[in-house]
Amino acid sequence: MTASPLLEIRDLSVHFPLPRTSMFQPRETLRAVDHVSLTLNEGECLSIVGESGCGKSTTALAVMGLQEPTVGRILYRGKPLNGPGAPSRKDRARIAQMVFQDPFASLNPRISIGRMLMAQLALHDLAKGSEARDRVAEMLTRVGLSPDHASRFPHEFSGGQRQRIGIARALMLDPRILVLDEPLSALDVSIQAQIINLLMELQERLKLSYIMISHDLSVVEHVSDRVAVMYFGRVVEEGGWKSVFATPTHPYTRRLIDSVPDMDAVLSDRRQLPPAAPVPSGARFAPDITHRPDPRAPADASGLVEIGAGHRVRLAMQGMT
Amino acid sequence: MSNPDPLLSVRDLRVKLGRHGAHILHGISLDILPGETYGLVGESGSGKSVTGLSIMGLLKRPLNVAGGSIHYQDQNLLKLSRRARRDLRGDRIAMIFQEPMTALNPVVSIGNQIAEMFVIHRGMGWTEARLRAVEALDSVQVPSPAERARAYPHQLSGGMRQRVMIAIALACRPDLLIADEPTTALDVTVQAGVLKLIHELCTAEGTAVLLVSHDLGVIANMCQRVGVMDRGRLIEEQDTAALFSNPLHPYTRGLLAARPRLGSRVEGGRKRLTELDEIVPDGARGHDAPTLVTPRGRREARVAA
Amino acid sequence: MRFNFVFGLTLVTIVVLGAIFAPLLAPFHPIMDADLMSSQLPPDGVHLMGTDNQGRDVLSRVLYGARVSLMVGVVSQIINSTIGAALGISAGYFGGRWDDFVNGLTNVMLAIPSLVFALAIMAVLGPGLPSLLIALGLTNWSWTCRIARSSTLSLKSQSFVLAAKSAGFGDWNIMRTQILPNIVGPLLVIGTLGIGSAVLAEAALSFLGIGIRPPTPSWGNMLTDARELLRSAPWAAIFPGLAIFATVLGFNLLGDGLRDMLDPHMRTARGDAGAARA
Repeated sequence: MTASPLLEIRDLSVHFPLPRTSMFQPRETLRAVDHVSLTLNEGECLSIVGESGCGKSTTALAVMGLQEPTVGRILYRGKPLNGPGAPSRKDRARIAQMVFQDPFASLNPRISIGRMLMAQLALHDLAKGSEARDRVAEMLTRVGLSPDHASRFPHEFSGGQRQRIGIARALMLDPRILVLDEPLSALDVSIQAQIINLLMELQERLKLSYIMISHDLSVVEHVSDRVAVMYFGRVVEEGGWKSVFATPTHPYTRRLIDSVPDMDAVLSDRRQLPPAAPVPSGARFAPDITHRPDPRAPADASGLVEIGAGHRVRLAMQGMT
Repeated sequence: MSNPDPLLSVRDLRVKLGRHGAHILHGISLDILPGETYGLVGESGSGKSVTGLSIMGLLKRPLNVAGGSIHYQDQNLLKLSRRARRDLRGDRIAMIFQEPMTALNPVVSIGNQIAEMFVIHRGMGWTEARLRAVEALDSVQVPSPAERARAYPHQLSGGMRQRVMIAIALACRPDLLIADEPTTALDVTVQAGVLKLIHELCTAEGTAVLLVSHDLGVIANMCQRVGVMDRGRLIEEQDTAALFSNPLHPYTRGLLAARPRLGSRVEGGRKRLTELDEIVPDGARGHDAPTLVTPRGRREARVAA
Repeated sequence: MRFNFVFGLTLVTIVVLGAIFAPLLAPFHPIMDADLMSSQLPPDGVHLMGTDNQGRDVLSRVLYGARVSLMVGVVSQIINSTIGAALGISAGYFGGRWDDFVNGLTNVMLAIPSLVFALAIMAVLGPGLPSLLIALGLTNWSWTCRIARSSTLSLKSQSFVLAAKSAGFGDWNIMRTQILPNIVGPLLVIGTLGIGSAVLAEAALSFLGIGIRPPTPSWGNMLTDARELLRSAPWAAIFPGLAIFATVLGFNLLGDGLRDMLDPHMRTARGDAGAARA
């Protein structure tokens, strides 16, 4: 905890204006991401989990600079990635890259794999001609493809192969951070295992740091170092994988884990939900999940409260005197 | 428990892509017993959805049934007239799809879409049918059903739309519900509710369910028996508990091993997942693998050699 | 569908070849060989399409007229496509006020009858080929712009465009290398259809006397000249009319055929059996 983190998201909010419901009403805003603060340490895999619309993908896009934050700072090794003093799009490309969810939409159908990868090298003046070709071949081999795949077009590959190409593209500029946006959800089970193994192997070999966006708790538990649970734009629980999965404490986290259809359920009837960690007496959880929070409503007074080593959960402020 | 007569009996069902094209289903045989939930699991391209659509009679060109039979109550569905088939569809055999947005008509209120089922299959008048539609919405636990009946599909969340689909499918109390990836497009907490609803309603009515899914977890929670499909073939069929504790076919073993299980990670580092082709050598998944499905009595396991 | 495309291609090819090889194919000079003694001759072995009221060979003039008509059609459509694509792609890509502006402009353009607008431009610039090219090139880009904009809107949220941004490519580069190649198909289709309508517009303007100035033959001004001869020498009007008809039909069929061929749904799946996915 003493070393400065690799990436720090400080009080990030992303608001979208909603279409007016009436001419006389003021414009409402959707708080897609609301006061989110997260840190990513060197060599770590931080997973952000939650369901559709919880703001996890918007957070990822903000980290990538593909979505301008409404408020908040994103710092890389203490230097700002957004706002004044932010690096250019080109410089930023060397810091973080993204692997996308849909391996079919994430490759330009009109450009061959080799050309796509070499264009990156050329743009950043990293390699030209035969040297560039060698580096592309090396990268394709590294992600489990063959060098002669370079001349092919995206439609000639299967879903799993395309996701490997997506990973190769993300690694081409040798970034320090990989943002994985649901990297498995479009793939078959048997392919998922291959891609998870590849990602874990690459992380160790290249000393990468991952931010993984996912709704798949089994995979998250399997690969993460730390986990943040998002619910309606907020982080409601955050901690090391062990404490979040062994003592899920926020009611939403508990419901999420309880909802996972489990293969073992048939054998041992219903899986027992692990116990929650104790919270300060009298504290209320926020947001209250018995009511669907209105994502347009302004933030209430709540904060993440430490309930274990590095394990924090969002509690309402007034309950905490 | 003695073996009851099957509700639906599929024998050697073959489906082709085009008249002279490749086989998509290489002879599927399976029985669905009255009131049971039968899971069909497999990866994309395994033919599990095509099997469901064939039973429903909803295959789209160029897919076409090239052989075999589908018996429902002593009649071969494949020999029925189009009209007879249509009368059966929605009435005795109903289906729900993965994407409820595209399966619902966007310009008709959901109440009327449910009511239509009663009008068509039960010959009711619209007034009575609309009242029944509200009841149906209530039964799938849609809050304030009378108001929601006037809503249009785009005004509902994904989970609510899928509940509406279930209301439509179960409106005429069918004998068999074919659910094709009914919760794949839904969030996991919503999925839990929808699965519970399907389970409760079908158990209460004695409706048999053919649940098509890629998700082994969903199958494990919902089904009494499971068939595993791989590239157009049924390669294993067992009682659910037996399948998950003692998978017989290497492909099934591979599928089960490839998936990390919640709560299985132990302290100290991450484990490599077992990849399918480490268990199933490429040759064993070859296209000319024999489809030796041996029906040695219904309650026993069937495995493709 | 296939037949239409081949038929359209054949028609267009005949017209293009006729235009290119007009000096070799034309039996007479389209302007100089005027002979009042042989005016208004019906089609025969010498004058295959007869002669007009100044005794000029209609076939020769139709062939030379093809050069003018095709040039006007192709060049003005290239101008239209360029303007439409540039405005449409940039509007769709950047959005915001620029998008609002381009949208407004497109709607205004669609509201003004393009022929009237072209007439106004011609009135300012005066008759002649260059002003005709400008007039027709500035008035028919709205559909191209709309298609380019809507295609760009759907493409720009595709993750391969986001990936290119993440890799550090500039906006201009992304529009050129990621977006343009993916909308070239529909643009080509509209362009082809646009050539047909530009040929018609040229004919209309020349017919009104403000297009190509006589004696240079264009199909439009040939029709103007033949207007008074409809009873005495109908061939002077029929053949340029047929030429316009065949050219416009040819380009339209070609455009429709291209659309079918470039439509990904019509393409047969390569490699993996897409239709077989469960």
